[in-house]
Amino acid sequence: MGELRPGAALREAFWDELTQRMPDHPNVVVVDGDLANSTRAELVAERIPGRFLEMGIAEQNMLGAAAGLATMGWAPYVSSLACFAVNRALDSIRVLIAQPGLDVKIIGGYTGILLGTAGKTHQDVTDIAVMRAMPGMTVVSPADEHEARATVRALLKRRGPAYVRLTKSPSPQLFDEKYELELGRVVVLRQGADVTVFSTGVQSTRAFEAAVLLAGRGMSVHLVHVPTIKPLDADGVVEAAKLTGLAVTTEDHSVLGGLGGAIAEVLSSRFPVRLERLGISDRFGECGSDASLAEKFGLSPGVIAEAVERVVSGNPRRTRRSRPVGDPGR
Amino acid sequence: MRSSNEARVKVSEPRDIHKIAQRARAMVVQTAALSGGGHIGGPLSAADILAVLYFHVMNVRPSEPTWEQRDRFVLSKGHSSLALYAILSLRGYFEPSEMSTFGAVDSRLQGHPDMTKLPGIDMSTGSLGLGFTAAVGMALGAQRRGSRERIYVMLGDGECQEGAVWEGAHIAQRYKLDNLCAVLDCNGLQQYGWPGASGSREAPWAGRMLEGVFEAFGWATKVVDGHDVEALEEAFAWAETTKGRPAVVIAKTVKGKGVKFMEGDFTWHSRVPTEGELAAALSELEGEAGGSEGA
Repeated sequence: MGELRPGAALREAFWDELTQRMPDHPNVVVVDGDLANSTRAELVAERIPGRFLEMGIAEQNMLGAAAGLATMGWAPYVSSLACFAVNRALDSIRVLIAQPGLDVKIIGGYTGILLGTAGKTHQDVTDIAVMRAMPGMTVVSPADEHEARATVRALLKRRGPAYVRLTKSPSPQLFDEKYELELGRVVVLRQGADVTVFSTGVQSTRAFEAAVLLAGRGMSVHLVHVPTIKPLDADGVVEAAKLTGLAVTTEDHSVLGGLGGAIAEVLSSRFPVRLERLGISDRFGECGSDASLAEKFGLSPGVIAEAVERVVSGNPRRTRRSRPVGDPGR
Repeated sequence: MRSSNEARVKVSEPRDIHKIAQRARAMVVQTAALSGGGHIGGPLSAADILAVLYFHVMNVRPSEPTWEQRDRFVLSKGHSSLALYAILSLRGYFEPSEMSTFGAVDSRLQGHPDMTKLPGIDMSTGSLGLGFTAAVGMALGAQRRGSRERIYVMLGDGECQEGAVWEGAHIAQRYKLDNLCAVLDCNGLQQYGWPGASGSREAPWAGRMLEGVFEAFGWATKVVDGHDVEALEEAFAWAETTKGRPAVVIAKTVKGKGVKFMEGDFTWHSRVPTEGELAAALSELEGEAGGSEGA
């Protein structure tokens, strides 16, 4: 495998797939917070307007009303930018959705920091950490358009609260039309022997490209995509770490509490190995092109490859772009 | 039309509903003293409203608490759970003796209502303002499926300081949710609030401000004495005939109602009565409720 084929944005794929499935799921209703033309939930508004509920610029009520709808037999899919769906409305999610375990799907568009000119307010670097800590919440972070579609199909079969991370920009294809998502299972993207790399979401496409770069330099990466951050496939994680005895995580999210945190929790108790966590280093984002932000914040294939090489050489050194994380002052 | 075999018990005499409310008040005070926690002032102000809803207004089946066509009730001011539990038990949802488990580990009677534990609770609440938004969603859900259930939600006047209330109020009006009836337990006090003249506290909202805001949000409003059973019955009937917009019954109440030394004293928001205070409160309440046979 070499170059990844260009693909569609996850937001397009997710809502397109849902509109195709909704006729078979008469209880599904889509709830929007005045951002449907950004998130692309407007595909539902255009195609099935009777099951699209506009809730305006009021996220606490949007999530609370979704909980109320769920008690009346509806299966709401709530759409907003991730920053507003999660942190703006967090208490509604905690008290009205997670605690009663209601069947509400929260679809966070525009996750991660690759959001162009939107900048810091719209870049939520904490959504995985927050939602993963919420008891009973399923957290899914698909990697490409096919997995975004498969996420729709998987969630339609799963009752209970779930959070899905979607992204804004078109991103490459890792999978194909036949792909089905098995919630709670990791997906091995490349077999390797030198180091195990765990990634999630669209970051898995960049991790894949990094693995290709490293293969060209003679290093074999065992690359594991983690679409379901919760429930986490602990057995799959341990098994993958055992193959190489060395682990790296990479994610478009803070290095605190996200995928890296989840993997560290499993490995530290079940198979302690050296683990390096790559991602946003406990700071907020800023404006910029996807390419420049990926470079600056340590998400690009080139930066990942460099970091993995340092880990493998057993001598992690601080560099300007990506210093070892979670390990200050040593 | 709406079926009403077991559903509405229709306690016809307002005097009887008043006795039920007094009995519930006694259970509130007794349970708070026994458990060493919970809230008192708000439950006492809310008791008559809850008694009217569950014994006269709402279409419910205590023996079948998940009956799909039941009217829903959300206690958005979830800290007044003791009053709701007392009324639910008197209505037959569970044995009144279970009140003694309130707040203990493994109890179905959580400090703030938990729909996953106690059948009859239509929505978990406890974070102010949010139960109201869930009620808006319930009303929208009923409207969208074309069913006739009515959704009742009780808020405190202090609670209406939460912004989520106004997010929900706007959406309820926009979707013309005339199946939604909010009732405000306006007892004029909140947990701490602002100091007023000569040791008193300022009300959560000045003058007619709260009524005015609901009016401005397009709601039908009606102000009633929240301890006058007949007035409450009429207000809920009025709300049911209101079409094309949501209705709010603004019930003027007294915090700590029914126990003279608690009335209007904000410190009784969540104070635990001593043995002496309990005895004094019970003799006052049970005198009026007609002892344990009051219900």
